Amino acid sequence: MRYAMAIDTRKCVGCSDCVVACQTENDVPNGFCRDWVKEVVDGTYPNVSIELRSERCNHCANSPCVRCCPTGASHFEEGGIVLVEHNKCIGCGACIESCPYEARYSHPDGYVDKCTFCIHRVRQGNDPACVSVCPTRCMYFGDLEDPNSKLVNVLKNRKFKSLAPEAGTQPQIFYLL
Amino acid sequence: MKEELFASGRNIPNIDPTLNIWHWQIPSYLFLGGLAAGILFFAGVFTIMGKEEQMSATVKKAPLVAPFALILGLFLLFLDLKHKLWFWQLYTTIRLESPMGWGAWVLMIMTPISMVWSASYLTELIPGWDWKFKFLKTFESWVIRNRVLIAWPMVIYAVILGIYTGILLSAFNARPLWNTSILGPLFLVSGMSTGAAVILLVSKNHEERKIIGRIDLLLIVVELFFITHLFMGDKAGSEAQINAVNLFLGGSFTAPFFAFVVILGLLFPAILEIMELRGFKVPIAVPAILILLGGFIFRFLIVEAGQITRYLY
Amino acid sequence: MHTRRKFIKIGALGLGATAVTTAVASWATGNTSGSTRSVNDRAVSGWHRFPTYCEVCFWKCAGWTYVSPEGSIQKIIGNDDDPQCNGRLCPRGTGGVGMYSDPDRLKTPLIRVTKNGEQTYREATWDEALDFIANKMKEIAGKHGPESIALFNHGTPGKYFTHLLNAFGSNNVAAPSFAQCRGPRDTGFELTFGESVSSPEVTDIRDTRCLVLIGSHIGENMHNGQVQEMSEAIDKGAVIITVDPRLSTAASKSKFWLPIKPSTDLALLLAWIHVLIHDNLYNREYVAQYAEGFNELKEHVRDFTPEWAYGITTIKPELIRHTAREMANAAPSVIIHPGRHTTWYGDDVQRSRAIAILNALLGSWGNRGGIFFKEGIKIPDFPRPAYPKPSWSWQDTLNGRYPFAKEAVTNTIIEASIPKPGMEHIIKGWFVAGTNLVVSIPLKEQLMQAMQALDLLVVIDTMPMEITGYADVVLPECTYLERYDDLRATAHREPTIALRMPAVQPSYLTKPSWWISKQIGERLGLGAFYNYKDFKEVLQWQLKQIGSSMEEMERIGLKKYPRKSPVYIESIAEFKFKTASGKIQLKSNELQEAGFDAMPVYTPHPQPEDGYYRLIYGRAPMHTFSRTANNRNLVALMPENSVWVNPQVAELWGLRKDQHVWLKNQAGVLSNFSVKVRITERIRWDSVYIVHGFGHHHKPLTYAFGRGVNDTELISRLAIDPIMGGTGMRGNFVTFVKTEPRKEGKL
Ligand SMILES: Nc1nc2c(c(=O)[nH]1)N[C@H]1C(S)=C(S)[C@@H](COP(=O)(O)OP(=O)(O)OC[C@H]3O[C@@H](n4cnc5c(=O)[nH]c(N)nc54)[C@H](O)[C@@H]3O)O[C@H]1N2
Ligand SMILES: Nc1nc2c(c(=O)[nH]1)N[C@H]1C(S)=C(S)[C@@H](COP(=O)(O)OP(=O)(O)OC[C@H]3O[C@@H](n4cnc5c(=O)[nH]c(N)nc54)[C@H](O)[C@@H]3O)O[C@H]1N2
Ligand code: SF4
Ligand code: SF4
Ligand code: SF4
Ligand code: SF4
Ligand code: SF4
Ligand SMILES: [Mo]
Repeated sequence: MRYAMAIDTRKCVGCSDCVVACQTENDVPNGFCRDWVKEVVDGTYPNVSIELRSERCNHCANSPCVRCCPTGASHFEEGGIVLVEHNKCIGCGACIESCPYEARYSHPDGYVDKCTFCIHRVRQGNDPACVSVCPTRCMYFGDLEDPNSKLVNVLKNRKFKSLAPEAGTQPQIFYLL
Repeated sequence: MKEELFASGRNIPNIDPTLNIWHWQIPSYLFLGGLAAGILFFAGVFTIMGKEEQMSATVKKAPLVAPFALILGLFLLFLDLKHKLWFWQLYTTIRLESPMGWGAWVLMIMTPISMVWSASYLTELIPGWDWKFKFLKTFESWVIRNRVLIAWPMVIYAVILGIYTGILLSAFNARPLWNTSILGPLFLVSGMSTGAAVILLVSKNHEERKIIGRIDLLLIVVELFFITHLFMGDKAGSEAQINAVNLFLGGSFTAPFFAFVVILGLLFPAILEIMELRGFKVPIAVPAILILLGGFIFRFLIVEAGQITRYLY
Repeated sequence: MHTRRKFIKIGALGLGATAVTTAVASWATGNTSGSTRSVNDRAVSGWHRFPTYCEVCFWKCAGWTYVSPEGSIQKIIGNDDDPQCNGRLCPRGTGGVGMYSDPDRLKTPLIRVTKNGEQTYREATWDEALDFIANKMKEIAGKHGPESIALFNHGTPGKYFTHLLNAFGSNNVAAPSFAQCRGPRDTGFELTFGESVSSPEVTDIRDTRCLVLIGSHIGENMHNGQVQEMSEAIDKGAVIITVDPRLSTAASKSKFWLPIKPSTDLALLLAWIHVLIHDNLYNREYVAQYAEGFNELKEHVRDFTPEWAYGITTIKPELIRHTAREMANAAPSVIIHPGRHTTWYGDDVQRSRAIAILNALLGSWGNRGGIFFKEGIKIPDFPRPAYPKPSWSWQDTLNGRYPFAKEAVTNTIIEASIPKPGMEHIIKGWFVAGTNLVVSIPLKEQLMQAMQALDLLVVIDTMPMEITGYADVVLPECTYLERYDDLRATAHREPTIALRMPAVQPSYLTKPSWWISKQIGERLGLGAFYNYKDFKEVLQWQLKQIGSSMEEMERIGLKKYPRKSPVYIESIAEFKFKTASGKIQLKSNELQEAGFDAMPVYTPHPQPEDGYYRLIYGRAPMHTFSRTANNRNLVALMPENSVWVNPQVAELWGLRKDQHVWLKNQAGVLSNFSVKVRITERIRWDSVYIVHGFGHHHKPLTYAFGRGVNDTELISRLAIDPIMGGTGMRGNFVTFVKTEPRKEGKL
């Protein structure tokens, strides 16, 4: 099993529903977030393009955050989901420094927090909160090793990229172009 | 024009606009670790060489500083933690992949060694010192007999500790400025140089100071070489690395770095030391203190600047 | 003369005294202690869900409010069965929790009093407040008649106060959703097709092959169903053509973006009509069968060539021809979207007419992928006596203007509230429910004059918005998550009804509007109109009439009814449009008879002088007007607006990214606050863009206060549509003030 996400930049309108849904689903405290939306504008009026990307922890297969964690709080769960065990985390900040995507933040309660791929929902067979709320249905979540999944299907049929592959972390979120 | 912005979210304090999760604690911790490593390294090496008496400040007095530096360092690391009450979790696991982890362990080992080492000289250094308990006295005499045996692991751990202070940073591939293998040796050399500076301050013996001064001069030259290497390596690297190093070559860190680290912290003390070696009367405290200050500021700037550098944004 | 109604900042009051402790989600207050539960054991069992429909905008998506075992509202999720949202709320709906947990909410009734010569509010009991209102209403009715009381409303609370006023003897009920919003579109379409496109719009975006958006910025305009369907259309490869001076999100997803010079759309539309007709691209069969006035139209547009339009719109002739052909290729599965907020330049009905005509020429009305026929279910009125007939009504405030205004025009009611000599119809009392007039209605001076002259101003709101500061009585309504409301009955592809019920008890001393209306009604002796104890009784009765029940609706939240009538035109023999002649009016006889152009004509609009830029505004997907600017869940996404400036303009002015500037309009009106500059290629060099709804100046909005600028205060020149009274708001030009202007005077 290898959980991953594909996000269609052609359909995403940057509405940020994914961001609020994550807040309310996961009690993300005010002023913090586990996901966010980037807007990249390129060109000169009137030849301008926009790329909108909903971003979060990439659940990297080669994840520096897990490697650098001194206590083992950052670890892999089933399907490669990268998780922080709050009660093991000492808040040293090493993982925050190690993440090229700046996907982690220091929770006011002391531990480090980030996207969990909504593992509590996924275990019950549901999509993550952000995926399940997206009005444009531009996010696909699933198992990369399941050849019949919608996720594998879109990745087969569309061009895609991942973010900062040069960082060597093998990110598992793909942006359909 | 290319424009990149957050359409939403991500106004996370300490991350936007620049990642800044580590403040003064971590560079101080690295500084103190490097300094202690330097001191203990020289103490061990001269013990192994059998020069305890000629180099008595190096072997006997200066190491008294080390346990304090190490304990203070660990305390600062503790201060940096956001989930402090879970501190003990650091020592329930051994995770060799985590520099933070093995750094904590190295310190954990190094601190008692440095304590034992210093303690074993207390009776000699302080007239009238008495360990009161029999078992302590027995232990003391055991240590005194086996100093060379203890010196070996101490030297090895000192090198590890010194390198660690750099590797803690260089292990972060995500920070282009830090992500270079030169940082370990560089911090090691710099740590030794600050250790040497402490010895220079402590030592009253002209000959000893001369030897340490010479070593320090060599260390400074090596350090300058490594710094050049660091910059050149980054300059030849990816765009992110070029941007990172440009912080020091024309960017916002250029002035403090060259003024405080290169000139006041390295070149100037080097010149003073050369003059001293040539027989000029130089108050030796001056270059020593400058080296210490330079060493601290160096770590502070590298930690600060490194956090700003990123691949993505 | 009544004492001047001084603006009172509610925050000056010690509301702390009445701060009833409620389970306000800890999230909003930043108090997160106690939420250390590990990710792996997030409790989901023991949660209850209650049906609701969203009130954060007027699309009214059906959803479920989830309440934790501790009794706090955790999240709101769309109802899977609702075709309006398909189980997915928009960000504002998802963030609706923030309406409930807002620490700045109105908490208790307030009455304006004068203390030591200073006007202020005092906290009042409901009885005091309601008695006061009822007495004042009787007093006003005694002097001027019940018609002298008017209601401004938006959203669900309006219904109950409309009922109250109707029962009392007034039908002076207005909403900004007409004269400040969809009025011109509705009028233009009614004049052409005999009916409008309603809300939710009956545009078949899901199945269209070509979608043409004229300023309509779907994706930022987050009307849920349309956004979802546009995404589906993208997936299916529909051609999207967007006409917008700004690279809207929709424009960036379009195959063709026409970066039009603002205010010139009518020229482009006429040129498209020209190409369709003169290049023989229009749907001849459809036009022959259903439309009249074709020959006149053909003659009318003879000279409106793409070359002619190019000079006006700056859109290349080939592009105009090419896009017209794209539309024709897709016809009749093509939608020239009617838009919604259409009060732009004062000739908006005519622009909407041109859009309607294009749809007619392509045959989209009544066809799959075009504009379909809706069907809804009628909810019977709860038994009540007949309303008395008022002796005059809002039509009389038009004074012969705006002959095609089918709904009350907010601005003429405001005018009628300013006493003038020899005035026949005067308004002396206002109810304001669910609309923040100060931010939604342009011409601040006029509004202020009117409010100063009133004998009674009652504001029913959930938040201490600007308008509350002018009230004599402020009544705190509970949020939509804490109350029953009317059934939502939607006419769309299929008839649906949705239930809203409280998920938690009302916080503080807040009450639902149905209760407030009933209490006032009873005090006015109108008890017969409120023949129930609890609104639940009304709903139970209504549900029974339409074959459902409270139990069923509490369980399913949304009920679909089978459709009885056809969706498309071809299945109806001899279809008649709802116009007088039964045919589509390419040329409008009605308009001609009233002395207006029977067919749309392009008229040039004023252009900004040197150093000034046209102020255009719109929506951000994560906010609704001014109502969400204090919502902590949503401000976390977008804390304030910024002014979009083209890089060339920024260079000319030496503006830096995120620099704060003030805006000053052509009449010298200065923005209340400064605003951050966003330098972006998404906007033209002759315009600047801001998102509407920010720049609150009411301190009690502790978060929103002073963040960003308010476009409304810079709209001091209106281009009023003579056909229906819409207030065209895009004819204002602004310039930048780079240094703190209040300091300027001192130097
Ligand atoms: N300058 C400018 N002006 C505009 C527009 C623009 O884009 N720019 N847009 C125009 C358009 S399209 C429209 S439709 C109008 C909209 O204008 P409004 O309807 O005035 O807009 P809102 O900001 O939503 O105001 C809603 C008010 O209702 C209150 N409210 C929210 N929920 C409840 C509730 O449950 N009960 C009660 N009693 N009150 C509640 C809010 O606190 C707020 O005070 O504005 C128009 N005016
Ligand atoms: N997120 C969110 N969604 C909403 C609302 C909200 O408050 N928030 N409000 C809802 C309501 S009530 C309404 S009425 C709708 C309004 O939504 P729409 O009807 O889509 O909005 P408009 O305000 O007409 O259009 C704004 C767009 O018009 C462009 N524009 C400006 N001047 C011109 C011009 O001269 N020509 C052309 N072609 N384009 C121009 C602007 O650049 C901007 O992209 O949105 C609805 N949806
Ligand atoms: S919810 Fe979907 S459309 Fe909206 S920003 Fe997130 S990914 Fe994009
Ligand atoms: S994105 Fe960052 S936090 Fe997430 S797995 Fe990769 S390195 Fe770790
Ligand atoms: S902050 Fe917590 S999760 Fe991150 S590396 Fe330190 S202990 Fe591990
Ligand atoms: S997967 Fe869950 S935790 Fe991650 S961003 Fe989406 S909603 Fe948040
Ligand atoms: S479109 Fe969004 S704000 Fe409007 S009713 Fe639906 S969920 Fe609520
Ligand atoms: Mo509107």
